[in-house]
Amino acid sequence: MTLMLSEHPRRTTRRLTCEEVAAALPGIVDGNDEADRRVQHHVATCLRCQAELVHYRKLLRALRMLRTEYLEPAPGMLSSILANLEEAGERGAIRSLLSGRRAAYIGGVAVAATAAGAAGTVVLVSRASNRRKGMRLAG
Amino acid sequence: MSPDLTGLVTAAKTGDRSAFDELVKATYADMYTLAYRLTGNEEDARDVVQDAYLRAYRGIKRFRGDARFTTWMYRITANCASTQMSKRARTRHDELDDDFDLVDNQADHDPEQRAELAFDRDRIARALEELPPRLRAVIVLRDVYDLPHESIAAELGITEAAAKVRLHRARRKLRERLFPHRLELTVTEGDDAHAV
Repeated sequence: MTLMLSEHPRRTTRRLTCEEVAAALPGIVDGNDEADRRVQHHVATCLRCQAELVHYRKLLRALRMLRTEYLEPAPGMLSSILANLEEAGERGAIRSLLSGRRAAYIGGVAVAATAAGAAGTVVLVSRASNRRKGMRLAG
Repeated sequence: MSPDLTGLVTAAKTGDRSAFDELVKATYADMYTLAYRLTGNEEDARDVVQDAYLRAYRGIKRFRGDARFTTWMYRITANCASTQMSKRARTRHDELDDDFDLVDNQADHDPEQRAELAFDRDRIARALEELPPRLRAVIVLRDVYDLPHESIAAELGITEAAAKVRLHRARRKLRERLFPHRLELTVTEGDDAHAV
């Protein structure tokens, strides 16, 4: 038996317009977004879009150059930042000191309460034993 | 080139205040520049930098060191600037719309001179300042400071997709501003375009 393969209808793809390609250029200029094959084909054959792409590339290069350019901060700025940090450091130290003292205070109260409870128990036990001794002597 | 700050970072993480102060001295001009580019004014930039270093100081122990200290600081600064700009936006009613058209104030230059000037740093910096803040933030962080989309989205509180859309719009607007004349073409039927 012979299989008859029907021929696939030939797909026709619409050509992109320059406006459609222009919308895609800001995304593909740095190579992060992969360009659609139709966009690639269009750019390869269109001077206008090639010029556009060159503009975007120049723009990116110029923006990257700004990275090495520093603005001059106002004269007192560094000392102001450091003073702020100093203050924050002191506040932090005081807070931790206070929380340390609070813990010590709570610990002290707990120890005192335990000691008082133990002493009370000792007193009660000794009183009871004295009472029993007294009853035995009277008997 | 930025100096190697690894030793200072290690010391600062153990609570060495003077090491942290040295980190501030080495990076504050860089952070101020970023803050200024994001906020567009000196006063806000100063506040942003103050806030950023306070946050960094409190969080330095959590800094894992898998990125450079400056990159970590860029992210903190970007986050502080975003907060600052949100505060400003709440109090300002003349916020510029994303579709605001940029006007080329130097239209009187001849084309050759324009081409020469096109990449003058001052012009780029001015064009950046004229972008709406939401677009400016994304293009500055991505194309000037090379932060990944993911970090930009996280620090600005937007999705990655939104960050990309804003980036493309910002690039398009800057291109329009810096190269106002597109190549004029004649198109003949059944033929490719020809430049004229």
